[in-house]
Amino acid sequence: MNNRKNTEVERMSLAEKAYLPEIARGLGLTLRRLFRPKMTRQYPEERWQPLGSYRGRPVLVKDSDGERCVACGLCARVCPALAIEVQAGETDKTKERYPAKFEINMLRCIYCGFCEEACPEEAIVMSPNYVFTTRSRNKAILDKEALLTPAEELKERLEFLKQFKNQ
Amino acid sequence: MAEIVIDGKKCTFEGNKTIIEVAFENGIDLPHFCWHPELSVAGNCRMCLIEMGNQKKNPDGTLAVDENGNPVIAYMPKLQIACGSKATPGLYVRTNTPQVIKAREAVMEFLLINHPLDCPICDEAGQCKLQNYTFKYSTGECRFTENKNPKPKRVSWSDKIMYDAQRCISCSRCIRFAKEFADQPVLSFINRGDRVYVKMATDCKFDSPYSMNIIDSCPVGALTSKDFRFKSRVWDMAFNDSVCAGCSRGCNIKIGTRNNKILRIEPRNNMNINRYWMCDEGRLNYSLQNENRLADSKCKNVQVEKFDDAVAKAVQLLKNYKAKDILFIASPKATIESNYMLAKLAQKSIKTQNIVYIDYTDKNFGDEKLRTNDRAANTNGMKIVLPNIKPLDFDDLKTKVQKKEIKLLYILDSTLSNDSPINEIAENAECVIAHCENESQLSKIADVAFASASCYEEEGTLVNEAKRIQHLTPAIANRENIRTMGMKLGRFEQFGTEDDKWGRSNLSDNRSDWRILANIASGLGSDGKKYLNAEDVFTEIAEINPQLNNISYQILDEYQGLTLGNRIENEKKYRIYKSNNVN
Repeated sequence: MNNRKNTEVERMSLAEKAYLPEIARGLGLTLRRLFRPKMTRQYPEERWQPLGSYRGRPVLVKDSDGERCVACGLCARVCPALAIEVQAGETDKTKERYPAKFEINMLRCIYCGFCEEACPEEAIVMSPNYVFTTRSRNKAILDKEALLTPAEELKERLEFLKQFKNQ
Repeated sequence: MAEIVIDGKKCTFEGNKTIIEVAFENGIDLPHFCWHPELSVAGNCRMCLIEMGNQKKNPDGTLAVDENGNPVIAYMPKLQIACGSKATPGLYVRTNTPQVIKAREAVMEFLLINHPLDCPICDEAGQCKLQNYTFKYSTGECRFTENKNPKPKRVSWSDKIMYDAQRCISCSRCIRFAKEFADQPVLSFINRGDRVYVKMATDCKFDSPYSMNIIDSCPVGALTSKDFRFKSRVWDMAFNDSVCAGCSRGCNIKIGTRNNKILRIEPRNNMNINRYWMCDEGRLNYSLQNENRLADSKCKNVQVEKFDDAVAKAVQLLKNYKAKDILFIASPKATIESNYMLAKLAQKSIKTQNIVYIDYTDKNFGDEKLRTNDRAANTNGMKIVLPNIKPLDFDDLKTKVQKKEIKLLYILDSTLSNDSPINEIAENAECVIAHCENESQLSKIADVAFASASCYEEEGTLVNEAKRIQHLTPAIANRENIRTMGMKLGRFEQFGTEDDKWGRSNLSDNRSDWRILANIASGLGSDGKKYLNAEDVFTEIAEINPQLNNISYQILDEYQGLTLGNRIENEKKYRIYKSNNVN
């Protein structure tokens, strides 16, 4: 009565039903890939170097004359995860304010980069560092010493910010 | 009642007032730097420029109206300053015309020429008038490309005040305050034009007990408190309204806290008591709250496991002695509620009239401005619930304790210092139950030392020397008040979870004095009344006491306190002036 072929299998030809040509095609694809350049990396020995636009772990920039941060507290204010705590202190330099304590709780950080955007001194930036593991929760709270990074190591990010953000 | 029209709104006023005053009273805020409601008019910031004029007159003398019946107004072509122009009936004022807006933008641009644009470093950021007005009234652009004038930085005016001439916008508020309120005319402008700044006269001291008021009235970050400098950003702090308990004036204050610690205290405008100011002593005497607190109740200097254990111990001790052997020492520093509960415990549960108080009069403290000789905040309030109370005679008590006529001392006074003569008496007494805020000699020798809440942690009412009753609300969280404090906490404390470093796990177990007393009373078998909070206690007092009838916390908050014996209809509600625009 009903001659219509309803299912996928019913519509297939005999060659298709045998699957063999398709398997050969699949193997052919795999064979071809063998001679192309490899995409996988031997992590952690081989590491990917992120571009300037990559938002990794936030760090404090350290210039030749010390930290740039003036402890204005805008990063702590804007942080949606309340991960940053800043305690200011007074120095004799022209910029009379400096961070006596600067802590980022990396368990809370969500890598949004708002701190970097809010910073008026370009002192906190998102570093290319994407590897962050600790053996205890306490060690995930990074203090000022752990955060300070020389500006040379952050060249790409600072360049990127100059080009696209802080125009 | 005269009337002027500001931006189409009819504003009524009485007496001799300037336009800016009339506008402020009627809810219109005109931008200003140098004007302060309590100080004389200087008129040198030019920020409050407005257009003003009167209705035109026809040749026949009638007032001119247009075809729609609206008055025709002849505005003066030159802008006037609202702080220096008197309001006269029938005056028309415009504050938002293009001419006024342009003038304000020009004033802002001039002010910002020599003002350093380092808000991230400046301590005033977040509560700065100049910063706020820059957002509101300026174009946000500066055409000035030359160097800013160098001026002295970090000039110490006294051991409390630091001056930064670069940030100064020369509003002269500090100069006028020193001259008019502090009676120490030692400040003056020096140099001319754009090199002007404020200088203190050589060989002079600015050590008035009210000197720190120039810090709050400074519209920019030129004057900073050495005590608070760089301690915290204002937006990280919670500011809670409270009443100063330093003397019997009862100045209204705002307590700035962060991480549950008091960082600064500043005056709050209350026209009935302290107006706009407060003394330096009241500002800086918060250190006892932050340090060396007795966080848990102790028995014989050994910490108890639970608060209830301390209560049980106190109940047992009170039961051991006869009523005539017990002396209750009420506190003129504690709230009405606490003194009422003490009176109830002594008179109803123990059935004794042996209640005295320690007098805190200091003849050297008071002056004719705000400070009063009585260093206890609530002497009058204590006398409402304990009308026949007498001051304690230390020598008399000493002999009585030695003769064993008095064996148990119940001390409600929770702020007794180590050099108070009561310590020596307490050592000789057989048994001492004391309320203590801090670790002290008394807390170590007391048989039961209850960790009691300080005036910054407890809710209650205080009556000042002019019989004005005020509502005291907590600003610091402890385990007792954490639920009512709720959203009054700063943002770090509010959102902190239980176990993180900003969390609540280390809250102290200090209890309100009235709650400790109520717990003891119920242990001794009282009338079985349950009090959930201080308001329950106050409602009970208000029902019994004719002086406090019809008064509730809500009414007290509404009128910023009430004068006892004054009818509520006669109380005036004032608009609160905020020197800086924070909270």
